[in-house]
Amino acid sequence: MIEIDTVSKLFGAGDSAFRALDRVSVTIKENEFFTLLGPSGCGKTTLLRLIAGFEGPTSGKILLDGQDLADKPPYRRPVNTVFQSYALFPHMTVAENVGFGLTMLGKPKSEVAATVSEMLALVRMTNLADRKTSQISGGQQQRVALARALAPRPKVLLLDEPLSALDFKLRKEMQLELKRLQSETGITFVFVTHDQEEALTMSDRIAVMSGGTIRQIGGPREIYDQPSERFVADFIGDTNFLSAEMIARTGDSAQLRLGQGAEVTARAGQVDKTSGAVTLAIRPEHARLVALDAGQLTGTLDDIVYFGTDTHYHITLDGIGTRFVLRRQNSPDEMRPVQQGERVGIALASSAGQVLKD
Amino acid sequence: MAKSFDVRRQPGFTAIAMLCFVLLYLPILLLVAYSFNAGQSISQWEGLSLRWYASAWQNDQIQSATILSVTIAVTAAFLATSVAVLAALATTRVKPWRGQTVAFAMINQPLMVPEIVTAVSLLIFFAMIKVATGYTGLWYLIIAHTAFCIPFAYMPIRARLQGMNLSLEQAGADLYGTPVKVFRYITLPQLWPGILAGGMLSFVISLDDVVITEFVKSAGQDTLPTYMLGQLRRNITPEINAISTALLAISILMVTAMFFFSRTRK
Amino acid sequence: MSPSRTRFALLAPAMVILFFAAAGPLVIVLVYSFLIPGDYGGVVWDFSTDAWFGVVAERDFFTDQLSWADAHLSVFWRSIKLSLMTSVLSLVIGFPTAYFIATRPKGSRDVWMLLIMIPFWTNLLIRTFAIMELIRNEGTINTVLIAMGLVTQPIQMLYTEFSMLVGMTYVYLPLMILPIYASMERLDFSLVEAGYDLYATRWQVLRRVIFPLVKPGVVAGSILVFVPCLGAYVTPRVLGGGKQLMLGNLIELQFGQLRNWPLGAALSLTLLVIVMIALIFYVRAAGNEGNAHG
Ligand SMILES: Nc1ncnc2c1ncn2[C@@H]1O[C@H](COP(=O)(O)OP(=O)(O)O)[C@@H](O)[C@H]1O
Ligand SMILES: [Mg+2]
Repeated sequence: MIEIDTVSKLFGAGDSAFRALDRVSVTIKENEFFTLLGPSGCGKTTLLRLIAGFEGPTSGKILLDGQDLADKPPYRRPVNTVFQSYALFPHMTVAENVGFGLTMLGKPKSEVAATVSEMLALVRMTNLADRKTSQISGGQQQRVALARALAPRPKVLLLDEPLSALDFKLRKEMQLELKRLQSETGITFVFVTHDQEEALTMSDRIAVMSGGTIRQIGGPREIYDQPSERFVADFIGDTNFLSAEMIARTGDSAQLRLGQGAEVTARAGQVDKTSGAVTLAIRPEHARLVALDAGQLTGTLDDIVYFGTDTHYHITLDGIGTRFVLRRQNSPDEMRPVQQGERVGIALASSAGQVLKD
Repeated sequence: MAKSFDVRRQPGFTAIAMLCFVLLYLPILLLVAYSFNAGQSISQWEGLSLRWYASAWQNDQIQSATILSVTIAVTAAFLATSVAVLAALATTRVKPWRGQTVAFAMINQPLMVPEIVTAVSLLIFFAMIKVATGYTGLWYLIIAHTAFCIPFAYMPIRARLQGMNLSLEQAGADLYGTPVKVFRYITLPQLWPGILAGGMLSFVISLDDVVITEFVKSAGQDTLPTYMLGQLRRNITPEINAISTALLAISILMVTAMFFFSRTRK
Repeated sequence: MSPSRTRFALLAPAMVILFFAAAGPLVIVLVYSFLIPGDYGGVVWDFSTDAWFGVVAERDFFTDQLSWADAHLSVFWRSIKLSLMTSVLSLVIGFPTAYFIATRPKGSRDVWMLLIMIPFWTNLLIRTFAIMELIRNEGTINTVLIAMGLVTQPIQMLYTEFSMLVGMTYVYLPLMILPIYASMERLDFSLVEAGYDLYATRWQVLRRVIFPLVKPGVVAGSILVFVPCLGAYVTPRVLGGGKQLMLGNLIELQFGQLRNWPLGAALSLTLLVIVMIALIFYVRAAGNEGNAHG
């Protein structure tokens, strides 16, 4: 439904121009909860603003339902935005804010009123309809901003880090709420966040961005389990990176020799190599502490960090000196207690590792 | 590719703004240009010359009006700035106190009351004093100018004082500075930019005043602006433009200086 | 010394000067407005309310009949009318200009504002002169028009209400731009984007989003232009040429040619009262805005 076709955006001109987006291409589907994930400054907001029409692309095309948006000003695009700062009109009440879009579309008063109360009910704000927006809390402003953007029933809703200003508990609540609203309304959501956990829990698909480019697009599980490159693996969750030698390759499966000599199989992913030095990514929870000679790797246990739900073990690998982190869920039936300074073995889950693009 | 939508643009606004700048400057620029006119006219160009500057320079009335204008402006600016410093010290960075509304109303009063009303009231009041004392000297004008300069001197000094770090003065007091010494060595040096700005503003305001001067002055006490106003009844020559240009130059210099001054400080 | 005594001592010089040369004399004006005019200016110390009657009414010299003082009323009307027109014209030019400046890159806004401030801080009389030289019959505009053959006779612009309107707009325009710009600069442009996002056209964004948000600046600017126009003296004198009087000129006339100081005093106080009402209106409006947004 939204096709972004090799879009670049430069700020400034000449040699000092800054390339905020670099040949970005992505297709967002109907009814999808699509997330743009990336560190601050990677161009997420810029991409949203291009879709909304507040800015024009330097090159490339943006199509909505097959129609080029280039000549359409923001007020002619069936796209609404939930702004990072909410951007609620301070001179209007909650209800007036929510009704603004419909009023501008020239809808009759009765229809506006009906939709406004429907929207306020949807975000559970009915009782504050006549308040000024400065008289409600941050979480409530967030809901009003949502209701305001949903009221005109846009084809696409753009959300720019809408939850970043909320405290932890409220954020968790709103994540569920947003999911619910998306499935109830059936509107395509394009959601921007720099919080990988938020992205993983909410999205149908995620585009991981960095430095103005999209690095990987996929479902949450795919992004997490099969990161295509070091940046993605590093940005999403914790990852151990091990240097390895590819000795054989059959389709998606690669046979690797690790630095300490053990051989493992791993997913080759999008890597097109069949031999030579590669980097292997292994999630901390995909390895187990075992007796010294029972695993593929050995090392010295430096630190044990307790996190409540789980415990992190920091291990320096023998011979190579690389730091390896291993995570284990805490449970009442404790395993054999280990001591700091002890030498331990590490067993890798079979085929858990992912070979990364360079 | 179509030009992309600019959220900051409003159709026609840039054109009106440009027109506004042209309208603001065109009359002034023409006035300045004709001060260099070789001919008698202020609207027909007859060649470049400095003759009207020379003629203004040699005009006795203009000479004495200039001296009077500067004397009054310097004295009034000095007095207004001095009392404004004291007033600002008394009213800034203090807890609310009884009578502060009255004090602020008094200081800002010259800004709120129309000049013509102040001028009339001073005319009446000073006429009474003139009758009672027989004194007809310059001090009427100086005091009147000082009064309406006070709010202009007070504002930048107060702003400066508000932005100042209180802890420096406390440190000074902690290091055995008496209040007077703390003021002399700590407060005053930091306050200078505000004082300078207040002084320059007062000078410009006093130099430009017409209405109050026109009503308060005794016979023979013409300042440059009242002299120029008086010339209106006669045939206007570019001599007026020459004086105007000189006065303009002073004002523009001061305002621009103040602008760059406040900019480098930021 | 105690703090309050120190404060008193520090404030005293400013207060003494302001009392004797600004606030105090106003009381004398009030007193004078209830006296009888002397034959050669000044007053006779007899109580009378004639001056106050004289503001709006006049007594026929022969028949002793009271009627409206049409001459005065027309001056009041012209003052108020021209002040309102000046405010509106300043707003029409000043609002887009303030908007233009506020939408420049941050670094250059100060420079644009300096360009507004320079004329403001230059002598009002000189700026009035500049306008006069432009629109006189022998002035630049007429000279150019005749040279181009567009007119054969110079157009009489000087000494008309038109010239006063132009002149006052010219000299007081910066007072409109300044407060509007101050409001505009603080305007959060994401609100403007939100307006466009919600299907408002350029005009609707201007009317429904930008204008309400900078209204405090617009009100302040309008009052700041209206008030000095009402009491204007120099500009109407130079550009009205004694034919088109405004309040300031009418007042001056009483102290000059007409030698009716009490009437002049009463007129001055009337002007003061109108100005105070305008200022109170402004403070109220500003206060309400503050509450609504606070
Ligand atoms: N109007 C602009 N002018 C110049 N640079 C900009 C502008 N908008 C954004 N940028 C730059 O583009 C980059 C991407 O910005 P943005 O899209 O806001 O990042 P994100 O939302 O991912 O944090 C940043 O380095 C930012 O400084
Ligand atoms: Mg952003």
